[in-house]
Amino acid sequence: MNYCVEVATKPGFRDTRTDDLKDQIELLGIPGVDSVDIADRYYLSGPLSPETLDHLTASLLADSVIETARSFPLDKDHAVSGAGTYTVDVVLHPGVTDSPAESLLAGIAEIGLNGVEQAATGRRYTLHGTALQQEHVERIAAELLANDVIQTYYVGEPAPPPFTVTATAVPATNEIVLQGLDHNQLVALSAARRLSLDGDEMQAIQAYFAQQGRPATELELETLAQTWSEHCVHKTFRAMITYTGPPPDATGPIETTTVDSILDEHIRAATEAVDKPWVRSAFVDDAGIVALDDTTDLAFKVETHNHPSALEPFGGANTGVGGVVRDVIGVSARPIANTDILCFGPQDTSFDELPEGVHHPKRIADGVIAGIEDYGNKMGIPTVNGAVIYDSGYTANPLVFCGCLGALPTGSHPTAPQPDDRVVVLGGRTGRDGLRGATFSSMEADHTTSDLSGSAVQIGHPIHEKQALEVIINARDERLYNAITDCGAGGLSSSVGEMAEELGAIVHLERVPLKYPGLAPWEIWLSEAQERMVIAVPDKNLERLAEIAAALDVEMTVLGKFTGDGILRIDYNGSTVGEIECEFLHNGLPRQHLTAEWRPPEVQARRLQLPMEPTTALLALLADPNIRSKEDIVRRYDHEVQGGTVVKPFVGIAQAGPSDAAVVTPLDVHRQAGVVPGAALAVGVNPAYGTLDPYRMAWATVDEAVRNVVAVGADPDRISILDNFSWGNPRIPDRLGSLVRCTQGCYDAAVAYGTPFISGKDSLNNEYTGIDGRKHTIPGTLVISSLGIVPDVTNTVTSDLKGVGHSLYIVGATGDHLGGSALAGLVEFEGGSAPAPVPAAITGYRALHEAIASGLVAACHDVSEGGISVSAAEMAIGGGCGLTISLRDVPGDDDDTTKAFSESLGRLLVEIRPENTASFEELMTGYPTAAIGETTDDAMIQIKSSDGSPFIVVEVTAVTAAWRSVGGPR
Amino acid sequence: MKPRAMIIHASGTNRDHDVAWALELAGARPEIVHINAIRDGECRLLDYQMMVLPGGFSYGDDLGAGKLWAIALRNRLGRDLEKFIDIGRPVIGICNGFQALVKSGLLPSLHGSSNQQTTLTRNESGKFECRWVDLEPNVAANSFWTKDLNEPIHCPVAHGEGRFVTDGDTLTAIEDQGLVALRYRITGPRYPSNPNGSANDIAGIINPDGNILGLMPHPEDHIVPAQHPGRHRGKTNGSGLPLFENGVEHASLM
Repeated sequence: MNYCVEVATKPGFRDTRTDDLKDQIELLGIPGVDSVDIADRYYLSGPLSPETLDHLTASLLADSVIETARSFPLDKDHAVSGAGTYTVDVVLHPGVTDSPAESLLAGIAEIGLNGVEQAATGRRYTLHGTALQQEHVERIAAELLANDVIQTYYVGEPAPPPFTVTATAVPATNEIVLQGLDHNQLVALSAARRLSLDGDEMQAIQAYFAQQGRPATELELETLAQTWSEHCVHKTFRAMITYTGPPPDATGPIETTTVDSILDEHIRAATEAVDKPWVRSAFVDDAGIVALDDTTDLAFKVETHNHPSALEPFGGANTGVGGVVRDVIGVSARPIANTDILCFGPQDTSFDELPEGVHHPKRIADGVIAGIEDYGNKMGIPTVNGAVIYDSGYTANPLVFCGCLGALPTGSHPTAPQPDDRVVVLGGRTGRDGLRGATFSSMEADHTTSDLSGSAVQIGHPIHEKQALEVIINARDERLYNAITDCGAGGLSSSVGEMAEELGAIVHLERVPLKYPGLAPWEIWLSEAQERMVIAVPDKNLERLAEIAAALDVEMTVLGKFTGDGILRIDYNGSTVGEIECEFLHNGLPRQHLTAEWRPPEVQARRLQLPMEPTTALLALLADPNIRSKEDIVRRYDHEVQGGTVVKPFVGIAQAGPSDAAVVTPLDVHRQAGVVPGAALAVGVNPAYGTLDPYRMAWATVDEAVRNVVAVGADPDRISILDNFSWGNPRIPDRLGSLVRCTQGCYDAAVAYGTPFISGKDSLNNEYTGIDGRKHTIPGTLVISSLGIVPDVTNTVTSDLKGVGHSLYIVGATGDHLGGSALAGLVEFEGGSAPAPVPAAITGYRALHEAIASGLVAACHDVSEGGISVSAAEMAIGGGCGLTISLRDVPGDDDDTTKAFSESLGRLLVEIRPENTASFEELMTGYPTAAIGETTDDAMIQIKSSDGSPFIVVEVTAVTAAWRSVGGPR
Repeated sequence: MKPRAMIIHASGTNRDHDVAWALELAGARPEIVHINAIRDGECRLLDYQMMVLPGGFSYGDDLGAGKLWAIALRNRLGRDLEKFIDIGRPVIGICNGFQALVKSGLLPSLHGSSNQQTTLTRNESGKFECRWVDLEPNVAANSFWTKDLNEPIHCPVAHGEGRFVTDGDTLTAIEDQGLVALRYRITGPRYPSNPNGSANDIAGIINPDGNILGLMPHPEDHIVPAQHPGRHRGKTNGSGLPLFENGVEHASLM
């Protein structure tokens, strides 16, 4: 018998969820909805008496103060359709993670109730409006209430209970005959099975199994496809590339050269060239590791989760955070901070402009932000830094970069499994979720992708991950395991496969704990079900590990063991379903040979003529979605948990001014007496420069990331960086060409700044083909995340002006770099030059750091989007006092518009108290630095032209209102 | 002898270590104990002088914030918990811990009732919010927790379900009996000084005996000067600590 318990808000109490929903319906342009009611529904099956149902409802489901509940047999359920009222039931597809249902079953067990066999959750929306039409309700349901990737909706009819359907047992394994297939047939086979392998790769697999003298199994073929996917093995970054393009300064002749792996030649080579002794581990593990001090290391990783976030924004971003947090747990570290960089289409995009199959950018943004909030907050990790960019290039392909910083005792991360160590999986159960995610995310998308790849998207369960983390930290401290990795893309196939690379392993798939029966062996092996870690544990430690896991409510299973014979063998109920030599699995992938080409765009090297008053331009820039305060987003993330956030996302008198970087310190370090070191986290991203020159974009991005952490007090000689590339299809030569040119810039900049890359990730094939055949690609987007060590957290600086009568200095020279600038975007100016590299910037940063460390600097703010004028305004917003600046005194170019708005690299604005100006100037000798103004008590921003006339005059309250978008557009 | 404080870890609590540090600085010996260890008899509540329910998302808050934790507390600590409270030992629930105290009926426990009388529900803004607030302690309250707290407490809130709601009679009784321990201090418009729309700006309440305190904000995240958001502007107090010192001082008498 099936039952439903429906919980609704009591009359007289407000359900705040409905306010938000009504706003969204309005934005959708659907008239006639007067009110909405939301009720949570719990579906139960089993022989349940009315008393049992009442007890269960009262104890577990309804908040007696503000909610009412009713329960009824499901065959008595009725829905409403017409006459001004429509019901919409929304339920998850069977098999999608339903954590409230899991918790409900746990709660039922806790209160000792018997008889409940299955539980599932759903929601009923009741829409009221006298003029409401069925078609409107259908549209609201499809656009706002349900996402067909994970949910089904029912308008005017009751949803059937979404219990998991248990399939019957599946055949053990299928064999796939590759022998005799020609190149084209192999390509067709790859396409039909969505393996994402090309003809050469398929031929290598064919040759391997010919040599073995047997057909491949389905599981083996899928394993190879995952392991060899772009997502897992970064084929493009390892490819041999024939590149045609101009030299770095773009003025010389076009030449054709060979790049023997951009990963080796442009990224790793930079790390080797700068050769920093404090780098503990780079590029070899789930995350890069550097020293914080003598006893503590920091691990940092930034991942992309673009494709899943496009299809199911909440789940995609949610599991994006979960995944990168697992990367950090995968190097035995406790996560201490999260970052996120988000690229969305403009929020006011009209629905008519959307390609078929693409969610509206606002829906994507709402879902992504909620997904990040949910995972980070629930795991108790402060989300402290990030960026949000809006550009029409991201409408069809949003980008979601999730970062995580962790801390671990120096030398506590073991990396070598031993023969006979057990293969142990810890954490969540395995279901049919996330199948083939690695190959899916290595493909281009079109309007059918959501139908075909829905199963590639998962819903996270942060509490499972939190508890698995606690088990790992305990096990680490007791030294119970010899190696560890997270279970991410490719599932067990990838994690066990990687760990067994040297030794080989045998795994018994029937031991894997399942969410529901009926999974084929290859599904168990490939499932990307979240919240699982794999560790290599000596037999003698299993008992202790099991105790720890049980005490923390974490499931632990011994799947098999590492062997030493170099073969990855997968058994299912006693028969072998896969057997691949590790050598072939990890080194059998044929090298790709790709062609790349980059030509400078034909743009006019002309001057930008400002078509409006400079004050108007400043106010418009401050209110620009890419510049304005992101407080409405950032405050939804807990940035205080763990008590170590010593420079916060917002600073200043009202905690509303921008922060250049966050500074966090691990709780265990913070609670020690004496000098406390910290980690500064910041990010650089500016795709607009890339359309002019990806080489310059790379320099600008590295500079911005470095400059931001220097601004708060990080030591310029203790900064490491991470690279994340989101690009289009690398088999299209111009896409790959701009990528190669960008990585050239990454190498040159990293070497010039002395900043090693310690980890990175690329996400390619961010292309979407609409139903009309039109291809939508993204602007090639480089994100550089910086991790700087602050030697003493009491010597940090924030950007807010601290007092009246202080001097303002510009550090760095200003050139004519309005190409790709925020001002260029505002006035739709095409052309000009993107900011040129400033190889000497690091010398200026070193001098500035000495000034900060000596306590000479009252405030410091980086100069980037919008130039000096925006930067100065932001300092005034934080400090609540006024300032004057004379453009005549700004060193560099001689045009006032350029001086006020140019985005040249290597610059910061610095506030110095009168008693410190002489010492400051002395320290900055040798790097262009000039006093350009002072802070005032009149709460006005006054920027004077070179001839002394007023250039910008505006009240601080006005720039604050613009930047915080008070009363303005959202 | 430093009093022992039991910090109860349930799956999904996450400010356990933050509050452990605060208690350490306040002079206690904090221990983080998983609720399973109490169930299994490995630890006994009555061996401790103070009980702490830390912030977080116990069991994911899946059936309502703190709901399942409230049930587990009643179920697994049972009589020991009642005795612990009856003999006047200090109990504090912060954020998710406050939600659990309210949903288990341990707060406000008007007229000796163990039914749920109030609730903490979704913020008026409809959003999770993290921001710093000022709290006005009620020094007149009949509780050692707020004794001599003459200065406002500056500390962060970080929650999505912190709006204190109850019916009119209950609210009147809570006010009349002086059970409001902390209020959001309003400077300027009510929001965001009161970040969640709580009735009467209530941020924390006590039981009539004064030994149980529940509050939404996180004084445990402002216990050293480096945590102060105004530190770069010369503000350096760690105003969250005295509250814990009060609790620990009382625990040491137990």
